[in-house]
Amino acid sequence: MSSTSMSSTPMSRTDGAVPILAARGLSKAHGETRALRGASVELYAGEILAVTGASGSGKSTLLHCLAGMVRPDEGSVVYAGQRLDRLPEARLSELRRTEFGVVFQFGQLIPELTALDNTSLPLLLAGASRKAAHEQAGEWLERFGVRGQEGLRPGEMSGGQAQRVALARALVTGPKVVFADEPTGALDSLASEQVMTALAHTARETGTAVLLITHDAQVAAYADREVWLRDGAVSADAVALEATR
Amino acid sequence: MSTRHILLGLLAGGPSHGYDLKRRHDERFPQARPLAYGQVYTTLQRLVRDGLAEVDGTDSDGGPERTLYRSTAEGAKELAGWAAEITPPAPFVTNEIFAKVVCAILAAAGPTPTPGPASTPVRISTADPASSADPDPDPVPMPVPAADPVPAADPARYLIAQRAAHMARMRELTAVKTAPGADLATVLSADYALNHLDADLRWMTTTAARLTTLTAEVDPT
Ligand SMILES: Nc1ncnc2c1ncn2[C@@H]1O[C@H](COP(=O)(O)OP(=O)(O)O)[C@@H](O)[C@H]1O
Ligand SMILES: [Mg+2]
Repeated sequence: MSSTSMSSTPMSRTDGAVPILAARGLSKAHGETRALRGASVELYAGEILAVTGASGSGKSTLLHCLAGMVRPDEGSVVYAGQRLDRLPEARLSELRRTEFGVVFQFGQLIPELTALDNTSLPLLLAGASRKAAHEQAGEWLERFGVRGQEGLRPGEMSGGQAQRVALARALVTGPKVVFADEPTGALDSLASEQVMTALAHTARETGTAVLLITHDAQVAAYADREVWLRDGAVSADAVALEATR
Repeated sequence: MSTRHILLGLLAGGPSHGYDLKRRHDERFPQARPLAYGQVYTTLQRLVRDGLAEVDGTDSDGGPERTLYRSTAEGAKELAGWAAEITPPAPFVTNEIFAKVVCAILAAAGPTPTPGPASTPVRISTADPASSADPDPDPVPMPVPAADPVPAADPARYLIAQRAAHMARMRELTAVKTAPGADLATVLSADYALNHLDADLRWMTTTAARLTTLTAEVDPT
């Protein structure tokens, strides 16, 4: 990679590219708590964007709004030209299923299902035959280095293996955007490295954009760019810093 | 850093000549400063003088004649002793980032300096901290007109810019480390550098948060 692409982390790109996903002025309250207060962020096709910030700064809430899982109180979320925040629920859930993949810190795999069945699930929901789904899921498990573990249930795998299965499941349908909320938060450093290397390489190979939430700088270093959240808004510090460049 | 022990370590793999040792050092320690050939040569002389290495003949390979060195039994013993010896856990923290922040806080808390005569140079570093992993530390003297106020040191602003430079370097090291086919020496040295930059970064984040709290206490607006 060239040194110029590495030298700064711009808030938004200046090369005229159109973001695949853009949030403007998002606000969201949970009861009395104002989790987001006018947050704006842009995600470009094929890029890995790290969102960092202290615990409670609104990172997960931002991800939920961007992924169409939560509707913001104020502001807009535009995905490929459509207002996600105004889309009817049925249309939104179809879009989530076909265009988005999601990975959380833990707990999203179904405990009763094997790695292969867990990974096949999104394909079966999309109407694929069991045989075709298993074949494709097997290829993705191989890509994430968990071939040979197809028959294991989540409880029989290490944390790092389970996260790689979760990644395979998030990517098996060929989504345009993957949302990852602290995907390595429960892993030791070597398992974290394996998960992040697999995610970064696969995302770059397939041109999938990734919104990566983390408070770990060594994980954020896999991203192309970083934004900070502070008190529910993209930090003014980051904006001030950009203005000096 | 003990160059003599590192050379003994490289010689443990078999006899080598000076240039080969330099090349292998630079390969094994890719994030370290390359070893100067002169330093290799003088260190080898001292190892021989102390009985830790000896001349193992010469090798010409068609080109000029080169002296081969090998480790002695005494050298192997010295190496094993050094490798097992506990290193003091960094008792003196002398880091430039730390020093800059402390001095900037001192300056910010002190009396406002009066602008000097036009010829007084104000030292402003022109190095863009984000553009290079090892920014040129030499500041460039810049004359300022007498009427201009002396620029105030701003530790918070410095920390933000330094953090961005650290993150940029960490992205580079991560790319190096995870490139397909990266060898073990590269991975280990990138890991070492990443963990140290990460430690700096955590300290900078905590310090930025402390400064915000301090400012809020002094100026509760
Ligand atoms: N479902 C919820 N109900 C009540 N408060 C919530 C809920 N989700 C988040 N919060 C609060 O909103 C703020 C932001 O939370 P979150 O988006 O999870 O931050 P982060 O992911 O950065 O830790 C926090 O103060 C949190 O306690
Ligand atoms: Mg969270």
